[in-house]
Amino acid sequence: MNIPDHKLSQLRQLEAESIQILREAAAEFDNPVMMYSVGKDSSVMLRLAVKAFAPGPLPFPLLHVDTTWKFQDMYRYRDQVENELNGELIKYVNQDGVKMGVNPFDFGSKKHTDIMKTDALKQALSKYEFDCAFGGARRDEEKSRAKERIFSFRDAHHQWDPKNQRPELWNVFNAKIKKGENVRVFPLSNWTELDVWLYVWLENIAVVPLYFAAERPVVERSGTWIMVDDDRMRLEEGEKPQMKRVRFRTLGCYPLSGAVESTADTVPKVIQEMLLNRFSERQGRLIDFDEEGSMEAKKREGYF
Amino acid sequence: MTDEKELIREDIEAYLAKYRKKELLRFVSVGSVDDGKSTLIGRILYDTGMVFEDQMAAVRAASQSDEPDLALLTDGLKAEREQGITIDVAYRYFATDKRKFIIADTPGHIQYTRNMVTGASTADVALILIDARYGVLQQSRRHAYIASLLGIPHLAVCVNKMDLKEFSKDVFDSIRADFMEFGKTLRFKDIQAFPVSALLGDNVVSNSENTPWYDGPNVLEYLETVPVSADRNFDDFRYPVQYVIRPDLDYRGFAGEVASGVIKKGDDVVSLPSGKTSRVKAIDTFEGEIDEAFAAQSVTIRLEDEIDISRGDMLVKPNNLPRATRRFDAFMVWMHEKPLDTEKAYLVKHTTQTVRAQIDKIHFEVDMDTLEEKPTDGIRLNDIAKVHISCHRALYVDDYARNRQTGAFIVIDSLTNNTVAAGMIALEGSSQNLEDAMKELHAESAMEPKTFVSPAERMERFGQRGATVWLTGLPGSGRWTLAYALERKLFDQGRTATVVSPVGEDLRSMISAAKAVTDAGLINICAFPSPTKKDRAELVDRLGENRVVQVYVNTDEALCRERRPDADFSGFEPPENPDVTVSLDEVRIDKAVDIILNALEARGQFEDH
Ligand SMILES: Nc1nc2c(ncn2[C@@H]2O[C@H](COP(=O)(O)OP(=O)(O)O)[C@@H](O)[C@H]2O)c(=O)[nH]1
Repeated sequence: MNIPDHKLSQLRQLEAESIQILREAAAEFDNPVMMYSVGKDSSVMLRLAVKAFAPGPLPFPLLHVDTTWKFQDMYRYRDQVENELNGELIKYVNQDGVKMGVNPFDFGSKKHTDIMKTDALKQALSKYEFDCAFGGARRDEEKSRAKERIFSFRDAHHQWDPKNQRPELWNVFNAKIKKGENVRVFPLSNWTELDVWLYVWLENIAVVPLYFAAERPVVERSGTWIMVDDDRMRLEEGEKPQMKRVRFRTLGCYPLSGAVESTADTVPKVIQEMLLNRFSERQGRLIDFDEEGSMEAKKREGYF
Repeated sequence: MTDEKELIREDIEAYLAKYRKKELLRFVSVGSVDDGKSTLIGRILYDTGMVFEDQMAAVRAASQSDEPDLALLTDGLKAEREQGITIDVAYRYFATDKRKFIIADTPGHIQYTRNMVTGASTADVALILIDARYGVLQQSRRHAYIASLLGIPHLAVCVNKMDLKEFSKDVFDSIRADFMEFGKTLRFKDIQAFPVSALLGDNVVSNSENTPWYDGPNVLEYLETVPVSADRNFDDFRYPVQYVIRPDLDYRGFAGEVASGVIKKGDDVVSLPSGKTSRVKAIDTFEGEIDEAFAAQSVTIRLEDEIDISRGDMLVKPNNLPRATRRFDAFMVWMHEKPLDTEKAYLVKHTTQTVRAQIDKIHFEVDMDTLEEKPTDGIRLNDIAKVHISCHRALYVDDYARNRQTGAFIVIDSLTNNTVAAGMIALEGSSQNLEDAMKELHAESAMEPKTFVSPAERMERFGQRGATVWLTGLPGSGRWTLAYALERKLFDQGRTATVVSPVGEDLRSMISAAKAVTDAGLINICAFPSPTKKDRAELVDRLGENRVVQVYVNTDEALCRERRPDADFSGFEPPENPDVTVSLDEVRIDKAVDIILNALEARGQFEDH
C-alpha cells in the first residue's frame, strides 16, 4: 500500500527533523538551555522549539550572552521577543569583563570576543549547571562545521575534541553524559542559509530590521561598512560617518559587523541578492579574518 | 543553477515557491583513496553553481596547477587536510531546480568502516566510485555490501577516470556486468552504473560526447529523478512517544515522530507496553489539527481515553504489531577502539527507549575480504558481526530490512558513555499477536541474573586482575603476619587487597570466600591451613590456576616448633611447585613482601605502569 501523496517537501522534512531533535534533547537532558543570539538562525530555532512543545510552554529557558556591544536594534528586538515569550529569557554579561573595561577597540576583536562571548558563555553554562545548550549553527556555514555532530559532546571544560566525537547514526542520539559535561545540540545542522531565510519568509518570522537595507550612518573599514550605532564608536582620524543604504548578513557586536551596500528591504529581496551574489556568508564578520581554520580553533575553545 | 538564475532575477517569489516544494535526497558517497570521490563531489558542486566566489578563489590559490583542483572544495578539518585524507563524515548541501541534496561524504578505507556506516545510515542513495583502470576491486564490493546492510535502497556505481581508458565501452560494460552479478546477492531496489570522468566532467552533470554508446542518464540527472518518496515504510504504523506535553489538566498530548506507517484521526491504537487500547482523538501540530500523519512527520497525538503513557512507550495499531521482545539477533558494526565485551552490560538505545542489554553471543563475523561468514573470538573496531542480544526489558522492534527506524539501535558503553556500536535487527519467524506480545512484556529480564560487570571492566577500574595469594607453611612459620604485611603494602601502593580470615570455618568455605573476593577483582590474601596437596589442588581447581599465587612460607621447622610447641606438625606436605618461596628465618618480613609483590608484577597481575 503505497500512497504517493505521502511526500514531505524538503523544508517540511527539515522542520520535522529539527522538532524531533529538540524534543529528544529536552526529554533526555536534565537542564537544557537554548542559546539565543537574536539573529535569524536563533529566531528560526526558537520558532521550531515553540512548535515542538505547543501548546505547552518552552521546557527550557533562553540564554542571551550579552557582550554589551550589540546593535541597539538587537536589544530592542530581544526585549520584544522576551515580552511575547511563553518562557524565560536569561541575559548574561561577563561582569569581570565589564570591570576590566573590555571593548573591541582597546582589546581588539579577538580578545573582546574571547572574554565577552566565549568566556561569558562558559561562565553562564557553569553557573546555571546547564547540561545541554541548543545552538543555531548550521553545517553549511563553514568548512570545519561540515563534520560537526548534531549532538556535540563537550568535556567538563567546555572543550570540543574533533578527534573524539561520538558516531551519530539514524536519528538515534546519544545524550549520556557525566556530571559537569555538556552537549551542544544543533537542531538546524542540516539547514542551509537559503532554507533559513525561506522559513523566515514562509512562517512570517520577525527578524531584527538590520537584516534589511536602510539608510544607516557608517564608516568604511577594511573594505566593509561599519555602523556608528552609538556614541561609544571610536572614529579614527579623518573618519566621518556617512549615510549609506546598507544591510547586515550576520549580526554580532556592531563595531565588528560589516554591512554590505544593498537595496534589499524585504525577505525575498534579501534572498534574491544572496543567491545572485554568492558570497560566502561570513565575509561580513571581521573576526573570521584571522587565519585559515580559525573557526575550528574557536570551537575548540568553546566559542560555539 | 544557470537556468534558475533567470527565475531568481525575474521572479524571486516564484523561485522560492518552487524551491520550498523540492524533495530532499540524501546520498552517501564512498570511494577508496584516489578513486576521485573528492573530485566528483567538487565537480557536482561547482557545475551546479553551489560554490561561492571566495571559496573558489581559495581553491585556485591552493591548487598545484593552473586548473583549479576541485577536490579541494570538499576538504574538511585542518588536521585531516594535513594528512591528505578525509577521516570523518562530512555533510554537504546543494540544490538543483529539482531537488535538494545532502551528501554524506565518507572515506572508503576499511579502517573507516564506522564512518561509512554512519553516513550510510540515513542515505537514500549510495554513490560508489570505481577506478576504470582497476575494475571492481574487493573494496568496492565491501562498500556495496555495507550500503546494502544499512538498508540504502538505491545504488549508483560511478566508473570513474574513463578518460584514462579512452572512454571504452568494453571497459565499462565489463565492469558493469561484474558489479551487477555481485549486486544480485545484495538487497538494493535498483543498481545503476555510469561511465564518468570526474576530472573532465563527462556524464557528471551533462551527457558526454565521449560516450556516444551510453544512453543512460548522467549522475546528476539520476540523483534528481530516482524515486525515493516510496522508500519509506507506510504500511506499519509505529509511533515511539518522545515527549508528553501536558500544559494543563485538560491537555495531554503524546509528541513524537511517526517512525513508519500512517495514522488517522479515529484510528484504533494500542499502547506498548501497557497493552491498553484507545482511539486517536486528534493529531495536533502547531498549525492546527490534521486528519492524518505519516512516516517522518513530527506531530502530537491525543487519545480518547486517559491511559498512562510516557516517553519510551510506543503507539501501534492493534492489527499490526511490532515484535515485543527481550532477545533478538542483529547485525552489528563495532565503532570503538575498545572491543566488545560479551560479559558486560551495555545500554541499547532503540527509538526512544534505552535499556540495559548484554551482547551475549557472537554468531559469526563477516569477513571483510570475502564477505562470507567466519567464526571469531571477538569483535573489534570496524568489525561487522551477527550477534545475539538479551535485554533487561522488551523492545518493540521490526526487522531492519522492513523498517529502518524500528530495526535500528545504537550501543552505548555505560562506563564511558561512548557510542560503541550500531545495530540492525534481524528478525525471523512469523508475527506476534497481542497476547504473545503481552506475555513477553510482562516477562522478567532476559539477562541471566548474574553479574553484568565483566572481569575486563573490573580490571580497568582497579588496575589489577583478581587473584588469591595463598600462603602455605607449617604452624608458626609466620604466614598470617606476612599476609597482613602484604595487605598493607598493596594498599599503600594503591591496590585493592584484603586478607580473608574467617575463624572457625572449614577449608571448603574458605575457598568459596576466596573465590568470591577474587571474582570481585580484588587481591585476596589468605593463610588458612592447607597442609595437604589435595587441599591445594581443590583450591586451584575452584579458582583456576591463573588466579592463584601459591606462596610457600618455608620457615625452618625447628624455629616453627620452638614458636608453636603445642601445634600439630603431622601430615604437612610441602607444595611441589610454589610460585614463590620465602623463608622467614632468612629474610625479613618486608623483604618477603617485596618478593611476593615482584612475583605478582611479573605475572602481569597489575595493568598500569
Ligand atoms: N584522469 C582522471 N583523473 C582523475 C579523475 N578523477 C579524479 N582524478 C584524479 O585522481 C586523483 C585523486 O582524486 P581525488 O578526487 O582526490 O580522490 P579521492 O581520494 O577519492 O577523493 C587526483 O589527482 C585527481 O585529479 C578522472 O576522472 N580522470
